[in-house]
Amino acid sequence: MNTLVKNIRNYLDETGKISLFAFRFFQQVFRRPFEFKELFRQCYLLGYKSLFLVVTTGFIMGLVLTLQIRPTMIEFGATYYIPQMVGIAIVREIGPVITALICAGKIGSSIGAELGSMKVTEQIDAMEVSGTNPFKYLVVTRILASTLMLPLLVIAADAIGLFGSFLVEATKGDISATLYFNIVFDSLVFGDLIPATLKSFFFGFAIGLVGCYKGYYSDKGTEGVGRAANMAVVLASLLLFVIDFLAVLIADIFFEI
Amino acid sequence: MIQNDSTTKSGNEGGRPEIQPLVRIRNLKKAFGKNLVLKGFNLELYPNENVVILGKSGSGKSVLIKCLVRLIDIDEGEIFVLDRSIPDLEQEELDHIRTEVGFLFQGSALYDSMTVRENLQFPLRRHTDRLQGQDEEVLIIKALESVGLEDAIDLMPAELSGGMKRRVALARTLILRPKIILYDEPTTGLDPITSNEIVQLILKIQKDFNTASLIITHDMDCARVISNRMIILQDGINYAEGTYEELSQSNDPKVKAFFKEVKNR
Repeated sequence: MNTLVKNIRNYLDETGKISLFAFRFFQQVFRRPFEFKELFRQCYLLGYKSLFLVVTTGFIMGLVLTLQIRPTMIEFGATYYIPQMVGIAIVREIGPVITALICAGKIGSSIGAELGSMKVTEQIDAMEVSGTNPFKYLVVTRILASTLMLPLLVIAADAIGLFGSFLVEATKGDISATLYFNIVFDSLVFGDLIPATLKSFFFGFAIGLVGCYKGYYSDKGTEGVGRAANMAVVLASLLLFVIDFLAVLIADIFFEI
Repeated sequence: MIQNDSTTKSGNEGGRPEIQPLVRIRNLKKAFGKNLVLKGFNLELYPNENVVILGKSGSGKSVLIKCLVRLIDIDEGEIFVLDRSIPDLEQEELDHIRTEVGFLFQGSALYDSMTVRENLQFPLRRHTDRLQGQDEEVLIIKALESVGLEDAIDLMPAELSGGMKRRVALARTLILRPKIILYDEPTTGLDPITSNEIVQLILKIQKDFNTASLIITHDMDCARVISNRMIILQDGINYAEGTYEELSQSNDPKVKAFFKEVKNR
């Protein structure tokens, strides 16, 4: 019983601390000085450097999804609906969630480990005593970069995923690129695109926030750095599913999906 | 042994004005949970003075200098740096005071992802007023020359030895021309030859830049060479204070035991 109470208390304590950390982010993000150079550097590191991994995953996701659903669709004589089905599945759900999970692993852990090691080697303290606001320089830039880059990575993953799906259809079936993509785009409406794009921003924010929080408050030396990186991935992945559920719920109300 | 209970140094008989301390700490108390680390520490640091604070591991030495630049908030007491009350400063004022106080961290704390040049550029670009019309590159090279490492300008911290890292960190500290430098265990983890080089460098810097230094160490050789005055931090207070000679010949059993323990290390 005591363990249960302790766990609940720890959970609430951690939730409160992360909320305060997020509040501090919103307090600082619009205040001068703006660290544009570091923001662009982080956009490059978190966005461009993750592109290859994300498009490779997206491509395989498109191939596998089409290969898996094709036999069933043939059985029902509904091969015409494959582009439609794959398009909606990738754009609405699979593209954003898979990309966010990949980024939680890559970006979340790298932010957690980087800030964690900066913390234990007193680099963050060194920044502070040199009269620089380390929260603004390190945390605000990383959360912003992650929030801005994730939707772009999702768009890239969606596009390459649909291309992968088309390759399977073109190889195994008999469909032209024009027809395939016409069917895909005809089946997609704003109700598919807007919530998917919006939730990608929230996914990016959650990954950046958790990675920075775990790294910024890591302790206990090198062991703490490893734990910060690990916890950043675990917690961010969990948060992604919670955000996804809420996003689908809200989209269902406003867009009647 | 001298008990330090005055607030200013008296001028000489010629009637010179009294010298104001750059740092004044009164009755500083700091606890972590139930562990009371500092129980009423007092200190004054005067211009061009090197004060060494000696103490066993866990005695609160590092906590003390972190309180000085408000990396750690104090529980009770007063800290004045350049006549400004550190606990009461707004963030902007605190940032300004921090540029007057250099801090050399125990592990050097160089930014891993930046070259030596970028490490030195970092504080300069945030405090462009310190450029005073001079070229940024010239200031960086001058700072590196003062620690004898101008050739390392394009290296990454990972490519430097422990002693070189300490020197670069010192150059980064110097680049804003602080009035006070705080050294947290400047020779820890270095071999005796490199330690001696760092000690000589600290003395050279004090002479060239007219800085006052507060040095935290448990390296007695370093303390003996550098210090004008030494304070033994024990049981959370400045237990004993004086020159190396005065303290090493003290009859106080705790001071004797401390010196014996350090020498046997």
